[in-house]
Amino acid sequence: MNPTAHAILVFLQTWWVELVCGVVIVAVVPLIAGYVVLVERKLMADMQARLGPMRVGPHGLLQPIADAVKLLIKEDIIPDQSDKLIFWLAPVISMVAALTSMGAIAFGPTFQVARDINIGILFVLGVSSLGFLGIILGGWASNSHYSIIGALRSTAQLVSYETAAGLAIVSALLLSGTLRISAIVEAQQQAGVWFIFLAPVAAFIYLVASIAETNRAPFDLPEAESELVAGYMTEYSGFRWALYFLGEYANMIVVGSVATTLFLGGWLRPFPNVHWLAWLDWLPALIIALIGVYSIHRAGKQPVKVQTGFMWAVGLACFAVAVIFAVPWFVAPLKVIIPGLNGAFWFLLKVSAYIYVFMWLRFTLPRYRFDQLMHLGWYILIPLAIVNVFSVGIAMLLETEFGVTRWLALLLTTIVTLAAAILLVRWHDKRTESASSASLAPESYAG
Amino acid sequence: MLDSVLFYFFGGVAVVGAALMVTSRNAIHSAVFLITTLLATAGIFLQLGAEFLFIAQVILYVGGIMVLFIFVIMLVRLDVALHHIRFRMKSLVVMTVFGVLAAEAGAIIYYARALPGQGLFIQNMAPADKLAPNSEKLAESLFNSYLLPFEIASVLLLVAMVGAVVMAKSKNRTEES
Repeated sequence: MNPTAHAILVFLQTWWVELVCGVVIVAVVPLIAGYVVLVERKLMADMQARLGPMRVGPHGLLQPIADAVKLLIKEDIIPDQSDKLIFWLAPVISMVAALTSMGAIAFGPTFQVARDINIGILFVLGVSSLGFLGIILGGWASNSHYSIIGALRSTAQLVSYETAAGLAIVSALLLSGTLRISAIVEAQQQAGVWFIFLAPVAAFIYLVASIAETNRAPFDLPEAESELVAGYMTEYSGFRWALYFLGEYANMIVVGSVATTLFLGGWLRPFPNVHWLAWLDWLPALIIALIGVYSIHRAGKQPVKVQTGFMWAVGLACFAVAVIFAVPWFVAPLKVIIPGLNGAFWFLLKVSAYIYVFMWLRFTLPRYRFDQLMHLGWYILIPLAIVNVFSVGIAMLLETEFGVTRWLALLLTTIVTLAAAILLVRWHDKRTESASSASLAPESYAG
Repeated sequence: MLDSVLFYFFGGVAVVGAALMVTSRNAIHSAVFLITTLLATAGIFLQLGAEFLFIAQVILYVGGIMVLFIFVIMLVRLDVALHHIRFRMKSLVVMTVFGVLAAEAGAIIYYARALPGQGLFIQNMAPADKLAPNSEKLAESLFNSYLLPFEIASVLLLVAMVGAVVMAKSKNRTEES
């Protein structure tokens, strides 16, 4: 055997799990993103007392596929005056960054694409922040005013909120004492409590900052429809636009996963150390089976015969998944995969809950004005995050030096941080009031 | 074998990116090639098992490039720059520097072959998971052995930041009055 073939063989033997997982991510994430869009439209319809997409498949279940086909066969327009190379490159950067950063996320104790690298959480954050390059390059390359304004706003927003997010993450990392993703989750298991209960202010700051970083309402100024057409992606159409969209939704999943890992206990079930709640391990199979029962219950009420059949299919698919979750309990050699399966279920459930909060906020809150956004970032969130890092540090010190229990110390520091927050907000309100009474001219609009 | 392939891939990308960065006429294109070079360098760090250095390179330099883009978009008039700034291959200085660098690279390649156990192909790479976790090592040396220089550097950066804010503020005030 010649050395090249041998080297390739060794490479495949060493890395085949990672390669398969990588291919699965690239193949599955677009599908998931499509269905997240469907869920978002359905939720929006529900909150606005409408039905949402209903035509394609039962309750619009095939809508994402129809949308994807539409986007694929749409005309691909490249503006004449644009910078062709960069116009072509920008959406690719945006999506590749989001998908690559998913590699280091641990979806369960055994589900991780990249090996459990020592800097896991930093890798996810650093690589996903590369996606910003796609936004600013796309905005610039389009050679259009709306696009460049959107891109500049996005930069200003990212610079302001990434600081707050970083400091919020620092407080969670202080509690866990490591950057390795599996170790962060294990630290929460040892503490017996998710870090959101030990550092609630940090979790809140991360929630706000992550909404701003993913450019979603109420912070969707880079693509504000009513002001900038579509912001940085005004000139994009067809598949390139779909790549941007995909990158954005993949980024939502990434920030959701980071928040889940840091604050919501990763793949741990609720109360991981309480033994009399061990029946919760059965919950994944039960929940999925219940969804199947509901689908079959609804099947008879469908208006069209095809849709009845489709609902039956959905119900039976749910039962099949439930059986996959349940079988390992009865077959002894398969018992090893129970933690992996359940872990993946809980992780994805938490990420979904996080994304649900994103959508809920999007349909509830109106968009911020740009100067309000900047004020919120620089005058309130960043000082608050700094105070929070200090107070968590002091709490840790109290714990190690004076033997105060972690709970008491963190309760105290949370109260201190909240007091600081109230002071900051009141101080800021007073300042803006005096400023607006001093001069009637509105404050300068950045970006 | 794989290590050599990866090393020469990253090295080649870094060198080609750097050359294109210097020679391209559009400042934004230069910035994009700069990112390529920096990421390829980060890849070499990762290959050496320096994962913390890798991620620091990605996070810090991408943050820096972000500001660079703003500078280019806000301050450089690209259409003017396109007509005035030309990269001239004929310039004597360019040729001299290029010659010296080429001679240096050739000498390194020539002598590296003679080193024991090493050559153009990397033979003994330490496996990455056998190395000590280097973010912890780095933290230990920064906060134990080199605490004073570290603090001095931090204060220096803080002074620079405060100075920038003060300068920006005082300019605003004079405009208002």
